[in-house]
Amino acid sequence: MLAPYLPIVLLFGLAFAFAFFSVAIAPFTGPRRYNKAKLEFYECGIEPTPQPQGPNRFPIKYFLTAMLFIVFDIEIIFLYPYAVANKALGLFGLVEIVIFIVTVFVAYAYVWRRGGLDWD
Amino acid sequence: MNTAHGIQSAAWLLVALPLFSAAVLLLAGKRADKWAHLVGAAVPVILFIYAVMLFFSVKAESKGNREINLHLYQWIVVGTFKVDAGFLIDPLSMVFVLLITGVGSLIHIYAVGYMAHDPGRRRFFGYFNFFIAVMLLLVLANNYLAMYVGWEGVGLASYLLISFYFDRPTAATAGNKAFFANRVGDVGLSIAIMVMFAYLGSTSYADVLFGNAKLTQGVAAAIGLMLLLAACGKSGQFPLQTWLPDAMEGPTPVSALIHAATMVTAGVYLIARSAPIFDVSQAARTAVVIVGAITLLYGCICAFGQDDLKRVLAYSTVSQIGYMFLAVGLGPGVYAIGIMHLVGHGFFKAALFLSSGSVMHAMNDRIDMRRFGGLWRVMPITYFVFVCGYLAIIGFPLATGFWTKDKIIEAALDKGGTSGWVLGICALAGAGLTAFYMTRALVMTFHGERRWEDDVHPHEAPSSMTLPMIVLGVASLVGGYLLVFGGGFQHWLEPSVGPSVEEGVHTVSPVVLTLLTLVVVALGALGAWVAFGRKPIPITQPVGVSPITTAARRNIYADAFNEAVLQRPGQWLSRALVYFDNRGVDGAVTGLAAGFGGGSARLKRSQTGFVRSYALSMLAGSVAVVAVLLAVRFQ
Amino acid sequence: MSHLLLAETAPIHAPSVAYSSLSPIFIVLGAALVGVLVEALVPRAERYAVQMVVTIGGLTAALVAVGLLHNTAETTVAGALAVDGAGLFIQGSVLVLSVMSVLLIAERSVDVGSAIVASAAVVVGSPTDRRLARTDRVQTEVFPLLLFAVAGMLIFPISNNLLLMFVALEVLSLPLYLMAGLSRRRRLLSQEAALKYFLLGAFASAFFLYGLALLYGYANSVDLPAILNASKASPKSDVLLYVGLALLLVGLLFKAGIAPFHSWTPDVYQGSPTPVTAFMSSCTKIAAFGAIMRVLYVGFNATAWNWRPIVWAVAIASMAVGGIFGLTQTDLKRVLAYSSIAHAGFILVGLVALDKDGIASVLFYVLTYGFSTMAAFGVLMLVRDADGEATHLAQWSGLARKSPFVAAVMTVLLLSMAGIPLTSGFIAKFYVFKAAFHVAAPLVVIALIFSAVAAFYYLRIVVLMFFAEPPENGPTIAIPGWSTAVALTFGMVVTVVLGIFPQPILDLAAKAATLVG
Repeated sequence: MLAPYLPIVLLFGLAFAFAFFSVAIAPFTGPRRYNKAKLEFYECGIEPTPQPQGPNRFPIKYFLTAMLFIVFDIEIIFLYPYAVANKALGLFGLVEIVIFIVTVFVAYAYVWRRGGLDWD
Repeated sequence: MNTAHGIQSAAWLLVALPLFSAAVLLLAGKRADKWAHLVGAAVPVILFIYAVMLFFSVKAESKGNREINLHLYQWIVVGTFKVDAGFLIDPLSMVFVLLITGVGSLIHIYAVGYMAHDPGRRRFFGYFNFFIAVMLLLVLANNYLAMYVGWEGVGLASYLLISFYFDRPTAATAGNKAFFANRVGDVGLSIAIMVMFAYLGSTSYADVLFGNAKLTQGVAAAIGLMLLLAACGKSGQFPLQTWLPDAMEGPTPVSALIHAATMVTAGVYLIARSAPIFDVSQAARTAVVIVGAITLLYGCICAFGQDDLKRVLAYSTVSQIGYMFLAVGLGPGVYAIGIMHLVGHGFFKAALFLSSGSVMHAMNDRIDMRRFGGLWRVMPITYFVFVCGYLAIIGFPLATGFWTKDKIIEAALDKGGTSGWVLGICALAGAGLTAFYMTRALVMTFHGERRWEDDVHPHEAPSSMTLPMIVLGVASLVGGYLLVFGGGFQHWLEPSVGPSVEEGVHTVSPVVLTLLTLVVVALGALGAWVAFGRKPIPITQPVGVSPITTAARRNIYADAFNEAVLQRPGQWLSRALVYFDNRGVDGAVTGLAAGFGGGSARLKRSQTGFVRSYALSMLAGSVAVVAVLLAVRFQ
Repeated sequence: MSHLLLAETAPIHAPSVAYSSLSPIFIVLGAALVGVLVEALVPRAERYAVQMVVTIGGLTAALVAVGLLHNTAETTVAGALAVDGAGLFIQGSVLVLSVMSVLLIAERSVDVGSAIVASAAVVVGSPTDRRLARTDRVQTEVFPLLLFAVAGMLIFPISNNLLLMFVALEVLSLPLYLMAGLSRRRRLLSQEAALKYFLLGAFASAFFLYGLALLYGYANSVDLPAILNASKASPKSDVLLYVGLALLLVGLLFKAGIAPFHSWTPDVYQGSPTPVTAFMSSCTKIAAFGAIMRVLYVGFNATAWNWRPIVWAVAIASMAVGGIFGLTQTDLKRVLAYSSIAHAGFILVGLVALDKDGIASVLFYVLTYGFSTMAAFGVLMLVRDADGEATHLAQWSGLARKSPFVAAVMTVLLLSMAGIPLTSGFIAKFYVFKAAFHVAAPLVVIALIFSAVAAFYYLRIVVLMFFAEPPENGPTIAIPGWSTAVALTFGMVVTVVLGIFPQPILDLAAKAATLVG
């Protein structure tokens, strides 16, 4: 009964083995050249704001942008399945997706006008 | 049942007018201070005049047509369940309307003089009028739910008026105590109403009392006992009696009107009104009788241990209402006698309270009888009124108590059997004890040497106070005779509570019993005279007295019992609970929250408002919810 | 094996949407979007007035739409939403009360600007913050936020689909978290309240979601009627069903502020701006009870014997917590918070009845309670000292000397909450007790006792206002502007009128007592 699931189990095993292998082998094979960048937080290209005490922080604007990114990211995620099922959904789907896009656009207008997109 | 016509259709004014004047007086603000008391006192007088006219209009109806229904509007309709807002004008409610407005008018007039120098006089009259309105609603309502409105209302008025002197901590505590006892009673009444609704589908008197085909023994017992609980709370009967003496912290006119003449008798009204229910359930009626008998003795015994004149009178009220309970519990035929005693008591107890108020007024608000003495010379009118009330309450021949109380003793003995003897002897002993403590109070207050402090200069009260007192004094002397004259009162009440007992078989012949009662009363009075009248009274309470006296001083340990059994565990419980849920509590107003909230001040900041502890409590709650659901499913 | 790798492509049927039946929701959401655009495009000076028009206009239009729909009883969007009597009654109540809270928010004469902060994101205590606090600038986003929350509250009680109910729950909660932090005075307390509400709310949402997942595992559906059918027919183990229901209830009970999930209530009510507290304590509670009622009546009708004890237990716990802890509070907002917990317990008593009378009594109760509590918070806004609202009980002593009128209004509202006759609170309590008495007599008796206990702390405040001496340099009574006056008068009049002539609303509630499965 469980036979059809065997390949999935195998895939799990394979993935786990690869991950374990890569992590385990790296210290032995890789070169060790440290620099400042390597010791920073891994967040592409953002300079953390120094704090007097405790860990340094990213500026609040960074998070704002990140959140805005998520909003538009999700918009895209919704658009993909719609695109796939476009024919089946017909006019109804079109109306709904337009409403959805308009809604997100309103949010965009708000962010834009209230300076959410200005870095400084 | 007749519908109201003519002057009867205006009966709603009995409630609306005082309610309106109360609202005006309370909201008018300072500019009304000059005339507020005049308006406040005029309203009950107008109501009394109207009530007399109403009385004659009802009397003019033929005997079978004296139950008049005044329909106002439909209050609640839910499915088949209907509650009308309406009044029932019948002989029983007329008696109460006349008593409330009549005695109420006199006490209002008295209060004009009594409160003359009190800055809160306007407010006082506002609450007083409010009380009149809700009390009239209580007795006039034509269903239990509307009566409940009045019932809650008088409780509220009483609570507000007891706490009137808010700056005295004792007044605040007394208010709380009254509130709790009354709430216990109210829960009883609301459960009774729920049971009525559940089993009879209605709460109107017409359906519950007179359409009682469905009223089975068990349901009647349940309703009856719950109504009794309610009555005990409101009327200060055992085991909810302790609040009434403390309620004397309010201004004296309040004690006279609310805590003696009218509100506290609402319990008697409730039971008399619900007579058909108690007629079905013997058990409930027996409970009423037992409560009455216990309370009447309890009140007598406590009364002779008190040194505070108003507390003596308060315990005497407790005891006299015990008599009324005893009477209404004895069942058909005796209801009318209970109500008769109630009316007579309304007169003489009001007279006693007003004269004691006059004494207080003269003695710079001091009320300790050990500091009185010899007052009859300086306050002859007050003395006269007090003596009238005294003669009436002890049952001196031809005074009110002689006619009404003796009939209760007679009825108790006539019950027959052992229980009849026990109740009869209790009632008889009560009469003797009443004579004892009342004589003690009379002697200590008005006779003997002066024991006043030097700064006190007693004087007679102004005429606005003495006139109502004289009227009540005379009424308590002759009122009883007028009530029993030709059996008129009992016949009047027949449509409401059924015919009176036939004269006939008596356990003890009335003549013998009357003589016996007089002997007992005389012994009691003489005993008190010997004990207190012949030797000087010490200014401080003597110590090393008999255990009975000690017990009497401490209200037969009722307060101690309540504290140990109810209050302490309540405080522990609330402390334990507050420990888990107490943030931002400080001690500033916890003085007001005695009882449940007692000790929370010490625990402030024991819970910090941390989210993590809130989340933990939620988690615990969730686990409990899951566990309970599974437990119920797989039990 | 192929069916694992290729998703089955069942034909997609677009659900039929009864746009007219859902029009109240669309109107409110549309108004909210317009509100956002107003924030984006209208200059600051005019925003306040424009937002007021948009918000009140949108809510009123939605209310009219609810009124026009009054005879509707249908399910739509593939059975996910049920527009029926009870749902519409709840929607109508939420809309009326939210108009009143908008009027309270709009009050600009008792405090500089309003009860809402000038700029929420400015660091508390910074020079900018202090400067802005003295201006009449207001964070007008509060209006669209309120509209979004109302939209969630309109969807929440009509969701027959648990997933949609969860979305509605989030739609109504997220704006509330923000609104809790918008207080103009006592900023830190307000921000703390917002954070607490958010964290605990997220915690509770997780419970809801978990329960939902388990129920899906049991019934293969998240539709309430499908769950009902599964519970009737299924021979399989019902552990999933009950654990799922329990966790679902945790999420719902949290929103309704029922013990033991009430711990956030006092802190959040105290910290939030008072008009927002009024909004939360009335509208959120009403919507949450609508949802609880729908879940229990539509989804779990057949298993009532198993969940009744838990409803009994939380009802008693709520009444006890509200009644007993309320006694020890010294801050009026916290007192009202505990009062709301106790009231939630009483409402649950009506839910136990599980019949038409039960639904009608709950509907009547939430409405009357909403009006009383809304007006009570409104009164709170008027009693002020230099630090804003004077909410400490000691500051309320002797209030009747200063303003007999304000004290009288508060007294009527407190009497109504205490369930004293001739106020709406009495009729409401009587009705729920009556509805529940034949199935749960002991619970009703307990409720009666707790209502007696709770009455004490309401009357304590009455005594304090009328009898105690006013404190030295006590609070002043602000003269309300037109909007607060309208809201207060309305709440007060409804409280009194429903006590004396409750019949029209009783009839309406009885007529509305249908839940479409």
